[in-house]
Amino acid sequence: MSDSKFTVGRRGVIKGGAALGAGLAAPTFFSRGAFADDHSYLNEPKGDTVTLGFNVPQTGAYADEGADELRAYKLAVKHLNGEGDGGMMNTFKPSMLKGNGILGKKVEYVTGDTQTKSDAARASAKRMIEKDGAVMITGGSSSGVAIAVQSLCQEAGVIFMAGLTHSNDTTGKDKRANGFRHFFNGYMSAAALAPVLKNSYGTDRNAYHLTADYTWGWTQEESIAASTEEMGWNTVKKVRTPLGAGDFSQYITPVLESGADTLVLNHYGKDMVNSLTQAVQFGLRDKQVNGKDFTIIVPLYSRLMAQGAGENVKGIFGSTNWHWSLSDEGSQAFVKSFGQEYGFPPSQAAHTCYVQTLLYANACEMAGTFAPCGVIDALEDFEFDGLGNGKTLYRGADHQCFKDVLVVKGKENPSSQFDILEVVEVTPAAQVTYSPDHSMFAGGELGSCNNGA
Amino acid sequence: MKLISQPGPKTDFSMLLLFTIVVLTMPIWLAPIGAGYPDLVQKFAIYGLFATGFNILFGLTGYLSFGHAAFLGVGSYTAVWSFKLLGMNPVPAVLLAIVTSAIFALLIGYISLRRTGIYFSILTLAFAQMCYQLAYSVLTPITNGETGLRVLQSDPRILDGVITSQTEDGGPLITNFFGIDMTKTWETNIFGIDVQLNAGFYFCAFFLILGSYIAMRIFRSPFGMMLRGVKTNQNRMNYTGVNTRPYTLAAFVISGAYAGLAGALLCVTDPLAGAERMFWTASGEVVLMVILGGAGTLMGPMLGAGIIKYFENILSAFNKSTLEGMLGFLPENMLDGTISVLSLFVGEGWHLTLGLLFMVVVIFLPGGLVEGAKSILLKLTGGGSKKSASAQAAE
Amino acid sequence: MDALILQMMNGLDKGAAYALIALGLTLIFGTLGVVNFAHGALFMMGAFCAVVMQKILTLSVKVKDESITFFDAYKEVPYLETWYGETGSIIIDWAVPLSILLTIPVMMLVGYIMERGLIQYFYKRPHAEQILVTFGLAIVIQELIKSMFGANPIPTPAPEMFSGTAPIGSWFGLSENIVYPWWRIIYLIFSLTIIGMCFAFLRFTTFGMVVRAGMNDRETVGLLGINIEKRFTIVFALAAVVAGLAGAMYTPILSPDYHMGMDFLVLSFVVVVVGGMGSLPGAVAAGFLLGILQSAASMTEVKEIIPGIDQIIIYLVAVVILLARPRGLFGLKGVMED
Repeated sequence: MSDSKFTVGRRGVIKGGAALGAGLAAPTFFSRGAFADDHSYLNEPKGDTVTLGFNVPQTGAYADEGADELRAYKLAVKHLNGEGDGGMMNTFKPSMLKGNGILGKKVEYVTGDTQTKSDAARASAKRMIEKDGAVMITGGSSSGVAIAVQSLCQEAGVIFMAGLTHSNDTTGKDKRANGFRHFFNGYMSAAALAPVLKNSYGTDRNAYHLTADYTWGWTQEESIAASTEEMGWNTVKKVRTPLGAGDFSQYITPVLESGADTLVLNHYGKDMVNSLTQAVQFGLRDKQVNGKDFTIIVPLYSRLMAQGAGENVKGIFGSTNWHWSLSDEGSQAFVKSFGQEYGFPPSQAAHTCYVQTLLYANACEMAGTFAPCGVIDALEDFEFDGLGNGKTLYRGADHQCFKDVLVVKGKENPSSQFDILEVVEVTPAAQVTYSPDHSMFAGGELGSCNNGA
Repeated sequence: MKLISQPGPKTDFSMLLLFTIVVLTMPIWLAPIGAGYPDLVQKFAIYGLFATGFNILFGLTGYLSFGHAAFLGVGSYTAVWSFKLLGMNPVPAVLLAIVTSAIFALLIGYISLRRTGIYFSILTLAFAQMCYQLAYSVLTPITNGETGLRVLQSDPRILDGVITSQTEDGGPLITNFFGIDMTKTWETNIFGIDVQLNAGFYFCAFFLILGSYIAMRIFRSPFGMMLRGVKTNQNRMNYTGVNTRPYTLAAFVISGAYAGLAGALLCVTDPLAGAERMFWTASGEVVLMVILGGAGTLMGPMLGAGIIKYFENILSAFNKSTLEGMLGFLPENMLDGTISVLSLFVGEGWHLTLGLLFMVVVIFLPGGLVEGAKSILLKLTGGGSKKSASAQAAE
Repeated sequence: MDALILQMMNGLDKGAAYALIALGLTLIFGTLGVVNFAHGALFMMGAFCAVVMQKILTLSVKVKDESITFFDAYKEVPYLETWYGETGSIIIDWAVPLSILLTIPVMMLVGYIMERGLIQYFYKRPHAEQILVTFGLAIVIQELIKSMFGANPIPTPAPEMFSGTAPIGSWFGLSENIVYPWWRIIYLIFSLTIIGMCFAFLRFTTFGMVVRAGMNDRETVGLLGINIEKRFTIVFALAAVVAGLAGAMYTPILSPDYHMGMDFLVLSFVVVVVGGMGSLPGAVAAGFLLGILQSAASMTEVKEIIPGIDQIIIYLVAVVILLARPRGLFGLKGVMED
């Protein structure tokens, strides 16, 4: 625990005056005035329970994904409290979890709606911190929201365990000491996809990018372009499309005569469903260019969203963080307990949220405290296995997990309504690892941990 | 005409005093319903101010702007840029935000007010949507796009340490009013209720009270009467030789400045400005707040803002286990049924409740909550003329 | 050149959708004087008629996938396929065009209930209250759809026959590169037909004459002893059907989700106002104009000159037109100006 948090700012003493300085000008976020002394950190659980904040989109375009995240969180809470079959707690190692809550305290939770808007998400997170006394906030289904809430948690002094966020920036230029991401990112998608694309489509391709015009889209476009160019592909053009455009026809027709033979759709969610459906309608998949079959690539897949594109996803490559059909022990345990609880398989969003909750709980056990600085110490460079992605490292330098990445393809002959993607390759972690000062991630500072009191 | 036909200055003073007390004690009396924590009371004050300002334009002149969120956004961006360049003192941020948003309002208003009715509404909507789209994409160097504009350690903040104190290097960047952190919260216990008194809230509350006072003065002034004349019959005003444009433009600029101030206050309490604050739904939200509470009334907009923000933050947070906790007194066999019915309307269903509330209020309380409450009161007391209430409703 | 022709096609296609939505909206504006914020919801309900039709046609025997034990995974075999084989598959394939049969009566009923149950009480209320009540209704409808169908888009493909592209370039002796999806061509023709039918109905029937007269001067029509109330109900139902059909036929282009109405709401208002309040030809013209300009502005050549222009073009055009022509393209004096 850094005690620098208790010192009064240098200029504060000069300007604020000694009397004010001691009581008022302490540079802390939610400092609780008179009670500051008996808190060693913000929202320290006093009773026999500890409260976690699950902040997911419940309205808006990602509501279904948010609902699935919430299911996973509830399951994780159940398992942590020793109810149910324990799920991945049985396969997680090295684990100090005992099924008696966290540090002997029963886990309780509060929920909130991010609406996939930064303002609403921060308001919801603040409610959890100020009113409900949450020591950890987790969730989210878009990078903008994740980054916004992560920086709030840093300032406030609680831990943020990111949910689904794929932008390089979350653990790149917007990384924070109090924030951790288990999900993979644009760079990893690109690094995993490139070799598979090379095998399937060769080294002589002309790629055309359609990119959602905001931070996530840009970082993914940059990553994919860089790694495909490295293997010899040529990037014909990068075109930005407005978020939520609905009808993408005016961006798709130029592809027809651009001479490109590959279309990369850097879209997610509804945009992905619409742009892919429409691209197929424009006959792109039946087209021959430069003597090659035209192909489409969707670098980031989500099974829930891929359902919306129906038949159109068949045979299209992409990457995903996790898929329920994996056969390792951890994934099986998770699919079993999730499937039995809710009657259908978990999504990748649900998986990452469940895992984040267990990882947080375990880090608290390791640290012996809920104090953010202690938890951060325990999580940094923590190596673990059995949570569905093989051997994984939580890198201390940027708080990003390094693990295997799945390259998937839309399945040609699905055997059930959930059987939409098939895993074509599990790219080993080593192949997607980058150095913390890689140019796509540079420019950010973790800063120091914040206990908030 | 609406709230109080021609009240004496004494009524006004006592109303303002009452209002001030009610606002300042918000963290106390809102605590039992779970809304007394700093962020939400700040939001009440800020959006109350936003709606109060909007009401000066819409309630008085009848001009329905669908683009006021643009000024909220401009105010926010200005405030954060002020933090970045000038330092974390909220005073320059607030002043600059008022100025820039007023300038924006002057430009947009000057053009939009050449049209009336729905043509005016669509012009303002178009300007706001252009601001939003550009802020989200092309203007990213200024607005930081989707991620939102934040203050960074590397920013110059030239006045920090000159006119205000400064956190030590590496600490979180918090707005600081001459030595008082805007995030500072004092916890006490009043009558057995845990109360959180927050510096940022009182900073906002000051502006809310000031803003309401100014709005009240405007409502009572000859200028306000002129604006009401525009609402009642602009043509007649024009025929009598009054050029109404300067008056409506002034109202537009004033309400734009209120919006800018609200935007700045959002950043004072939380130094982040995002483009989505300018999206049309945000413009629509303030319209709904005002109509819900009662357009043209002094307290209605504040009430409408409070209800919508309460729904958004508290109702959306209810889940099954919260409901179980609240309804624990029910017998076992009723509990499950009640909870499954209620959970349709809370948590992820909070939008449904909001939609139903809008409909119920408009159908049963024409004129908004304040007007509705007044006509109910009139009916109960048997006094007053029913006629005037229904005449107003049909206007 | 090819690029320009293709973008023109895109523009026409977009314009067809905009025009169709705006047509219904302007009917309600012009005749009833109601600002209907639930119009987007009507469009969305039309789209979900297609979804429901598809669900009905694909009612299935569920064959359990035995390899999966942790939860119930099924492969669905539609009854129609088991009963009628190939013919059954073709019927299922035609779900979207067939949904027109469902959309018309359903939307008529929805329109009738909405007008009789709610809208009729708001004819004389201020526009602000019309906005609040219809917006509230839109949210309620939207949330009900969400609770029934979830938040994710639902795939509703066009019939196999129309899934490819039409070689329109070679039809006209132009470049082979000019191809356009069949379904989009059908949508364009469909919407032109609907627009034509609406105009013919209003132009050549006595009913239409009264409605047009009502749009110009409601009071006089009322004074003539014509039961305008009943006609209002029919106009509202008609507008609901037009919006619903626009939505149902659009589903192969835009996979329907519960929020699609809101996404179109603002745009449709802009179209109506640019066209001019109370003017049906204006709404149609503005729809096509904005559609074409939006497509043209998305061309890289244009974007290189003015970055971001494709994001704001619609609003920019709206501002320019409203400043040049006070009542939009063909607006009537005095409609919605107070």
